[in-house]
Amino acid sequence: MIKLHKSKSLFEPSIIGPAIIDSLKKLDPRHQFKNPVMFVVLVVSILTTGLWIQAMLGHGEAPASFILAITLWLWFTLVFANFSEAMAEGRGKAQAASLKKARRDTPAKKLSKPQYGSIHETVPATTLRKGDVVLVETGDFVPMDGEIIEGVASVDESAITGESAPVIREAGGDRSAVTGGTRVLSDWIVIRISSNPGETFLDRMIAMIEGAKRQKTPNEIALSILLAVFTIIFLLAAVTLLPFSIYSVISAGHGIPITVTVLAALLVCLIPTTIGGLLPAIGIAGMDRMIQANVIATSGRAVEAAGDVDVLLLDKTGTITLGNRQAVAFIPAEGVTVKILADAAQISSLSDETPEGRSIVVLAKEKYGIRERHIHELDAKFIPFTAQTRMSGVDLGNCCQIRKGAADAIEDYVKKLGGSFPEDLKANITSIAKSGGTPLVVAENEHVLGVIQLKDIVKGGIKERFAELRRMGIKTVMITGDNPLTAAAIAAEAGMDDFLAKATPETKLKLIREMQEGGRLVAMTGDGTNDAPALAQADVAVAMNTGTQAAKEAGNLIDLDSNPTKLIEIVEIGKQLLITRGSLTTFSIANDVSKYFAIIPAAFVGTYPALKALNIMHLATPESAVLSAVIFNAIIIILLIPLALRGVPYRPTKASRLLRDNLLIYGVGGIIAPFIGIKLIDMMLVTLHLVK
Amino acid sequence: MNWNSFIQSFIFILVIVILAKPLGIYMARIYIGKKAGLNVWFAPVERWTYKLSGIDPKREMPWKQYAISAMIFNIIGLVAVYAIQRFQSHLPLNPMSMPPVAPDLSFNTAVSFATNTNWQSYGGESTLSYFTQMIALTVQNFVSAATGMAVLVAVIRGFIQKQTETIGNFWVDLVRSTLYILLPLAIILSVVLVSQGVVQTFVPSVKATLVQSTKDAAGKEVLEQIIALGPAASQIAIKQLGTNGGGFFNVNSAHPLENPTPLSNFLEVISIILISAALCYTYGYMVKDRRQGWAILAAMLIIFIPCLLICMHFEQAGNPILNKLGVDQHSSILQPGGNMEGKEARFGITNSAIWAATTTAASNGSVNSMHDSYMPLGGLIPMWLMQLGEIIFGGVGSGLYGMVAFIIIAVFIAGLMIGRTPEYLGKKIEAYEMKMASLMILIPPILVLAGTAISVIIPAGTSSILNPGTHGFSEILYAFSSASNNNGSAFAGLTTNTLFYNVAQGLAMFFARYWLLIPALAIAGSLSKKKIVPVSQGTLPTHTPLFIIFLVMVILIVGALTFFPALALGPIVEHLMMYHI
Repeated sequence: MIKLHKSKSLFEPSIIGPAIIDSLKKLDPRHQFKNPVMFVVLVVSILTTGLWIQAMLGHGEAPASFILAITLWLWFTLVFANFSEAMAEGRGKAQAASLKKARRDTPAKKLSKPQYGSIHETVPATTLRKGDVVLVETGDFVPMDGEIIEGVASVDESAITGESAPVIREAGGDRSAVTGGTRVLSDWIVIRISSNPGETFLDRMIAMIEGAKRQKTPNEIALSILLAVFTIIFLLAAVTLLPFSIYSVISAGHGIPITVTVLAALLVCLIPTTIGGLLPAIGIAGMDRMIQANVIATSGRAVEAAGDVDVLLLDKTGTITLGNRQAVAFIPAEGVTVKILADAAQISSLSDETPEGRSIVVLAKEKYGIRERHIHELDAKFIPFTAQTRMSGVDLGNCCQIRKGAADAIEDYVKKLGGSFPEDLKANITSIAKSGGTPLVVAENEHVLGVIQLKDIVKGGIKERFAELRRMGIKTVMITGDNPLTAAAIAAEAGMDDFLAKATPETKLKLIREMQEGGRLVAMTGDGTNDAPALAQADVAVAMNTGTQAAKEAGNLIDLDSNPTKLIEIVEIGKQLLITRGSLTTFSIANDVSKYFAIIPAAFVGTYPALKALNIMHLATPESAVLSAVIFNAIIIILLIPLALRGVPYRPTKASRLLRDNLLIYGVGGIIAPFIGIKLIDMMLVTLHLVK
Repeated sequence: MNWNSFIQSFIFILVIVILAKPLGIYMARIYIGKKAGLNVWFAPVERWTYKLSGIDPKREMPWKQYAISAMIFNIIGLVAVYAIQRFQSHLPLNPMSMPPVAPDLSFNTAVSFATNTNWQSYGGESTLSYFTQMIALTVQNFVSAATGMAVLVAVIRGFIQKQTETIGNFWVDLVRSTLYILLPLAIILSVVLVSQGVVQTFVPSVKATLVQSTKDAAGKEVLEQIIALGPAASQIAIKQLGTNGGGFFNVNSAHPLENPTPLSNFLEVISIILISAALCYTYGYMVKDRRQGWAILAAMLIIFIPCLLICMHFEQAGNPILNKLGVDQHSSILQPGGNMEGKEARFGITNSAIWAATTTAASNGSVNSMHDSYMPLGGLIPMWLMQLGEIIFGGVGSGLYGMVAFIIIAVFIAGLMIGRTPEYLGKKIEAYEMKMASLMILIPPILVLAGTAISVIIPAGTSSILNPGTHGFSEILYAFSSASNNNGSAFAGLTTNTLFYNVAQGLAMFFARYWLLIPALAIAGSLSKKKIVPVSQGTLPTHTPLFIIFLVMVILIVGALTFFPALALGPIVEHLMMYHI
């Protein structure tokens, strides 16, 4: 079984090999044209190659060996940039290949009528179309995405999710969707096919991972514009140097004009090749990190938007609280000891298999030391909960009847038996409701013994996560069907900013719309069909993989782990993507300062000897200075590939602090680092006698 | 430098910062339409203006219509200035019987004044009639400045409005800028300048008999001097306030009848920068976050003050070659010391350097000393301040909307670095804004570098150079930096009244002004349509010292990276050769 979340080491030999070949294939001008910065490098490399050939023929503007060295390093710059992209793609390709195996052409049992038991014929899965109905039995692969219309089965979805434990899929409700490529382990289901070949979930996943449909995201487009502007400015700064140089030579009366080779070197050093070369890799790696987190994005846009989210809508149950309420306290009525209450509460819950019931038994045992008895030794008869009585309990022989239930139900019950409801308990009941709990009143015959406090248990550590989100500037809103009192209490306990109580699909949709009107970007998670409208409206919509087909189609991200808190991780990945781009852009531009100090004195010292004062790095010769700058410019791309693929680390902290830190590292660092790097390369070239 | 220089610089900056607030608030209230004195008393004048011109002041314009209105208005002004020059001999108020101005020079001057550049290829007193000076040039001095302010106000509206298609009414913004801001300030200033001895008369030039005779270039004895006169004060007031800079006389504010006393000098240099500085405050006031205005003003000052001091330092340090010859260049009670070539003795080093930095930081271009005679690095400062794009104060209105383009770039990069789609004042900065802001920072350098590159290799360009070598290169670079950033100051030393330079500079000025104005309005239009994102913990604050420093770094790095090679071959190498050889 393949596991998507199996993370690979960055430089795995199985990826590096094909990546090297790919990086040469990507020299194709049609590919380079998509990236204006690297296209300029390609044109310049071709130009200097021509100059080298000219020099070999004896008409060179500079020594052939010098032109060759520059030319080679310019080509390396291109290849290195391609390599980063190929590396990022390679990781995705390996994952796509394993998914493709799941997309086998299985035979399908096509039913003549949409019901179990009708005649079926075996057809290849590829001939199935939307609306066809098929039968899938034990051991069969689900031929294509569909909705269960009949039956229930356990399904192995590990091919998609990497999770080996089988899941239950059944007709009706929120767990009716099945995915093509998964396998039914037991029982049977009848499926109505919901997509045509080539449009299935698996197909979309493969396309996404392979990057076949990768489109530039809005921020990427804006950044490309900025990079193009810098390229034009530096193109102009470099090209105009030729006339400036000619004028200088004429007016100074000595020296030779700057060579085209040096101009080419200067140009490539100045234009933002570092970020230009790594930009595609950063984008692909961002998607890849999503996949590592077991989230499938249906568009790159969604990944980027995730970083911008202002508001997170989270479902209470399962996300903020544990799935079930638990008993936390027994509050006896006047004249009743807590022990009697606990004992009665436990007895009434012995046969109650609901999680709430179990928690009452456990609480009585742990807090009051009441031994768990078996219902048979008590000669008791269990009275189950019904919607009419809204109570459950036991009848103990003929001695007594113990009941527990909602306050008003119990009140009716005891009054009917001639008892009365103690007034002091009413205050307790209200205060329990106000604090976000559920009061459960216990009565023995006509006597009310007291109340059990049931409480939603907020998940451990969730409050810290929300605090983290608040530091990122993200507001959290809890969505719940509870009444406002309970909702407010739980939201406060979990440290959320706001809540939506008594939520319905309509109120959810309305809330999202209102927030968007206010300029906010809203993210939400959902799994049910009734979540679909809200998911479609949200800017970032994470659908649970266990959810319905409708929810999955409405979402733009699908969480294969079906973990609602995954949103936090998604936001971090989105931010990391932008930060990596921004930091490397800053680094790339900051690098230029040092390159001027390397190349300008080298290029013009022949005309104006006084300019050697600008050679503050004391580079050995003009040739070594230019070559060192070009080599540094190429090598830095290789050195930054791991950073581009892993992403700049993100810490949830205040915006200004984040900016300060990243500016210090990539801005100030970007100015200083190349001074050191170029000097080291120059020293190496001199030591190895590679330059005059 | 001595204490005197520091104290004078400090007082200059202090007065500007103090005046920026009240004037800034006043201007904001004018544009918002709140009561501010003059707009109550003169409201009928405003109304009649609209009635006479058939303007409905309540009709708001989408950005394209705003841009078209501004363009049509400016081009009509341009054509009018051209025509008046060509026909000045047939028009009144021409006591010196000036002949028509040549076509290429007329074109250059018309573009120059319509674009708020005020590059002067002509000598005012020897070329233009009083009518041309007053009706053609002074009128443009007002309306070109008002156009810049109007566009800025439209850009500010882009930030404060939400989900709106329109960005205001150009005619209303134009009329209010002129009537309530430029006219009153200009009237006050010209009256004060007259009190200092600046001339304001229709009398033709007068002749004075020389106390001591002298000889002209041909060796003939000269016994009398012609003293040019004219309605100068009224034009000088607005040329300073409206960051125009076109002097009444050829030597501009170095002329004793244009700038006679230390007090007139102080008032004139303050006027250069006053409105541009105050508009920062207007900006903060209008976007309802005054810290944003202070932040921009701070960023401008952080760049401006060191530039001013560097310029002053190199001028005061004097010429190293003269030092070697044993010339005493120290300042003392008896002499200002330093490099006094091309400077007026009544202004000295300090006030010349303050003026040089101020007039180039703001896109004014008037001069009280000859920048061509500055030391190489002293002259580099004015040149570079222009090359930064005339955004350190810059032209009235245009400087600040140019700065907004840089802020957008800075916000974009900073936004990425904190992992959020960039936003500024609650408006998301997306591809469209980036495209337009990029155009705005791209066009001036293209014009400067391409113009200089062409001029240094073709004979029509090089034949105008009076000083060969690196200084000649600097002269051409300076000329194109000035025209392509709508500054208008001249390095001199370059004969620019030639067909080539008149046309090339004219085109540079035209594109620099209008290719920036249109994308600025496009940004306003696009921002106006957007929602306003509420501020949260994750929002990058744009008023903090951190952001101010980042913005300054972006401006400096873009400016330095673009022009370093050119500057290296001009003033930098000239400096190195002077000191090391």
